[in-house]
Amino acid sequence: MAHAYTPGLKVLHYSNVKKDRTLPIKGQVNKKKGDLVNANDVVAKTDLPGNVSMVKVANLLNIAPSDISDILMVKEGDSVNKGDMIAQTDGLFGLFKSDVRAPVSGTIESVSDVTGQIVMREAPIPVEVDAYVGGVVSEVIENEGVTISSEAAYVQGIFGIGGESRGVLEVITNERGDELLIDSINESHTGKIIVGGSFISLEAFKKAIDLNVEGIVIGGFNYFDLEDVLGYTLGVAITGTEDLVTSLIVTEGYGNIKMSERTFDLLKNHNGDFVSVNGATQIRAGVIRPEIIIPLDKKKIPEDKNQTEGILGIQQGSLVRIIRAPYFGKIGEVLDLPSELQKMESETMVRVANVQINDETFIVPRSNLEMLETY
Amino acid sequence: MVLKSILATDCGSTTTKAVLIEHVSGEYRLTYRGEAPTTVEAPFEDVTRGVLNAVMEVEELSGRKIIDNDKIISPASETSGVDIYISTSSAGGGLQMMVAGVVKSMSGESAERAALGAGSIVMDIIASNDGRLPHEKIKRIRELRPDMILLSGGIDGGTISHVVELAEILAAANPQPRLGQDYKLPVIYAGNNKAQADIRETLGEMVDLDIVENIRPVLERENLEPSRDKIHDLFMEHVMQQAPGYKKLMSWTDAPIMPTPGAVGSLIEMIAEKEDITVVGVDIGGATTDIFSVFQGKFNRTVSANLGMSYSICNVLAESGLDNVLRWVPFDIDRRELTNRIGNKMIRPTTVPQSLEELFIEQSIAREALRLSFKQHKEFAVGLKGVQKERTISDAFDQTTSGESLVNMMDLDLLVGSGGVLSHAPRRQQSAKMLIDSFMPEGITQLAVDSIFMMPQLGVLAHVDKKEFGEEARKAALEVFHKDCLIRLGTCITPVGRSKAGDVVMTAELEMPDGDKIEQQLVKDQIIKIDAPYEPISAFLKPAKNMDIGAGAGEEVKTDIYGGTVGIIFDCRDRPINIPSDPEKRLESLRSWSSALNEYPKE
Repeated sequence: MAHAYTPGLKVLHYSNVKKDRTLPIKGQVNKKKGDLVNANDVVAKTDLPGNVSMVKVANLLNIAPSDISDILMVKEGDSVNKGDMIAQTDGLFGLFKSDVRAPVSGTIESVSDVTGQIVMREAPIPVEVDAYVGGVVSEVIENEGVTISSEAAYVQGIFGIGGESRGVLEVITNERGDELLIDSINESHTGKIIVGGSFISLEAFKKAIDLNVEGIVIGGFNYFDLEDVLGYTLGVAITGTEDLVTSLIVTEGYGNIKMSERTFDLLKNHNGDFVSVNGATQIRAGVIRPEIIIPLDKKKIPEDKNQTEGILGIQQGSLVRIIRAPYFGKIGEVLDLPSELQKMESETMVRVANVQINDETFIVPRSNLEMLETY
Repeated sequence: MVLKSILATDCGSTTTKAVLIEHVSGEYRLTYRGEAPTTVEAPFEDVTRGVLNAVMEVEELSGRKIIDNDKIISPASETSGVDIYISTSSAGGGLQMMVAGVVKSMSGESAERAALGAGSIVMDIIASNDGRLPHEKIKRIRELRPDMILLSGGIDGGTISHVVELAEILAAANPQPRLGQDYKLPVIYAGNNKAQADIRETLGEMVDLDIVENIRPVLERENLEPSRDKIHDLFMEHVMQQAPGYKKLMSWTDAPIMPTPGAVGSLIEMIAEKEDITVVGVDIGGATTDIFSVFQGKFNRTVSANLGMSYSICNVLAESGLDNVLRWVPFDIDRRELTNRIGNKMIRPTTVPQSLEELFIEQSIAREALRLSFKQHKEFAVGLKGVQKERTISDAFDQTTSGESLVNMMDLDLLVGSGGVLSHAPRRQQSAKMLIDSFMPEGITQLAVDSIFMMPQLGVLAHVDKKEFGEEARKAALEVFHKDCLIRLGTCITPVGRSKAGDVVMTAELEMPDGDKIEQQLVKDQIIKIDAPYEPISAFLKPAKNMDIGAGAGEEVKTDIYGGTVGIIFDCRDRPINIPSDPEKRLESLRSWSSALNEYPKE
């Protein structure tokens, strides 16, 4: 049977999600293999080297750099407090002495008689990494962190902004094609992850931010409006570090697009569950898509745990979404995958799929199809 | 020694491409090619897997046995093996460097030129005068995690304190390499020779320090070669050693693996030198656009890191502005709709234009991406200051703005395009038109595209320095470059000068290879295409009084020109190209230029 590799977004009722939670540099791991963790539990911590201040002693005292050791009152490794005197000239007959005081508290890291400056390092900065998602510690990476395994429902979005968030999931719109209107967002949504249908306007998103909503999952958003939210034009799809109160996860794309039925139904099934979301997106080699992870209650874990992750391509009967104009957003079933190249209206020669949408057949380049991975 | 067969691969970040070059009927030709997904990332984490898969495709197509027991058979026999195997790589994000110099526009710029020339992406330039406070620089260096650092500054024998101060900043930041936690970051010092001992003392313990000749021994001269060579060595010794599977790959190749853009650059440099021509090459990818040029014998490369056709397509929109993109679109479209469409291409980068409208939009953005990248290139490819004139302190510190660009479009002989949007345009006329609209060549310029992006492989082939076959490898690289790599589009002829609407700007008399004579009168703003093959055509070009075709205003030119798959294109539009602002006139002009070239199917 004809078969083609097509990237797809995951919409899984069950998945064994694994998340590496590691420190930026080596440190201490707080959990051991087999420990049960909640999303907010700290799993590893470390101290980052403190900030560095460079003090141009020779310049400040108007001496030759090579003379710095003569007037220094501290040596490498000493601890000093902000305001402590660290260098002083002899002055004239013991009078009119000039001095340099520590601009910050910290330790003297190095003294240079070439540049005449000293390097001070402030106290270390503690860093903690939490579990992000509830589950079990399945692996410990010594001095670096842990891997959390979570039996969960798992949904990928196409694009997001804002980093990790968590909260109770609430589906607000009745239908997947409904817009998430400004009036439907209120104080009761503070701290929650809310789900809408096809679209959210800039005004409604801003209201969610004002109300400290943790996250929004929505079908579409205007690219045009991102600039207003971020304060700059998003040129490259690498996100996740934005300082946003409310993470945004767009499941379909830019514009007003119905959320896919499977995504919407899955989220509706988990209305009221505690979920973890991450808007981080990176669309380059090593793709990262935004995600919604819904750890499953034991009762909700299906007996048949077969996962669809092994499937890599579309084939006859696959459910696909068209991801480029002129049929953007339509969902259909692959009828067949002819092997010959075909000429499109643009005269581009491509491999195509015949896709059936509501009893009508459309010829679409295979690379303009996205597989809906579902279970 | 004749090389019977040569295998070359290019391990890109998504695809590994293999080509087989064979000596057939007394000449070197590209015979087969294959490709497979690159396997640097999980679950394979071994680049050689993708290489073998791509080579297997070549094996299947050619019927030649190349792999035995997961190894490349060498030397070649009648039916199996290859004489040389070579490779380039940009997998895993390519070579990422940070450079540092005392004065940003002097040693900083020279260091940047060396790093770019070696094929790296320059993540940041740290300089004493870059306006950032020391702690900001330290924070930035910590965040970056480059593959290596090039530190320069000071002329030989000059003041040492500034460059040592930079080293102290580096030491305080204690930069970590991008790949692997267990090795020291390679740092190349190419600054004031008097400061070498102090640099060693400051950085020696912390990093893997290499010292090479000063990149700027005197203000008036750049010395980039030692730094470029050292970057290539360290790329092999350190960076490649950390990338999965590369140790094995390196043991297979007959020449060091080069970073992909470095290989392209060296090929372009070689072609320019051997044929004594000026060249501009462009590779427009999904994320970045690389431009290479050789003018006045000087090679320059720039990478516009965020100007590309998919991953960074929205950045083209952000940098050029929506109006600049829209001016090329030959139909009316709602602005919000257009930005959403472009946004959707960014988040789904592998899609292709199915409708003609989508193709128009994509090629309009390509024009802006190319135009902006070339603008950046022209600003960077400048002569060193103070070389032939008396230098003052003020212009010594302001090199970029006062150094004159080496890029002179009237002198340009050959413009080569590559990358999906240029190489795979449904009609070659579209590639030619995109090149002309964005680079705006002047005078007489040959146009070509590298249809399957073979320049990286040919670049390494040209650099094989094994005694027994180095010279033959260079010959093979050149032959294949001309016969198989380039698709000759034709020649663009543009008179430049002041003229009014309706003026005749030039007359041309052409004697075609079949003996036919064509006489053509050309009017301002007109585009005319004449079908002609890639063969010498005797041309007598007579520009109007104020117009210049390369020999000066009003001066006639008699020369041989070449056609190609598109032909001879007379482009008599202004430089820069003047697109009417009135919406109706704009559409009329766009359609008339387009139809002169038969650029798009009739709607």
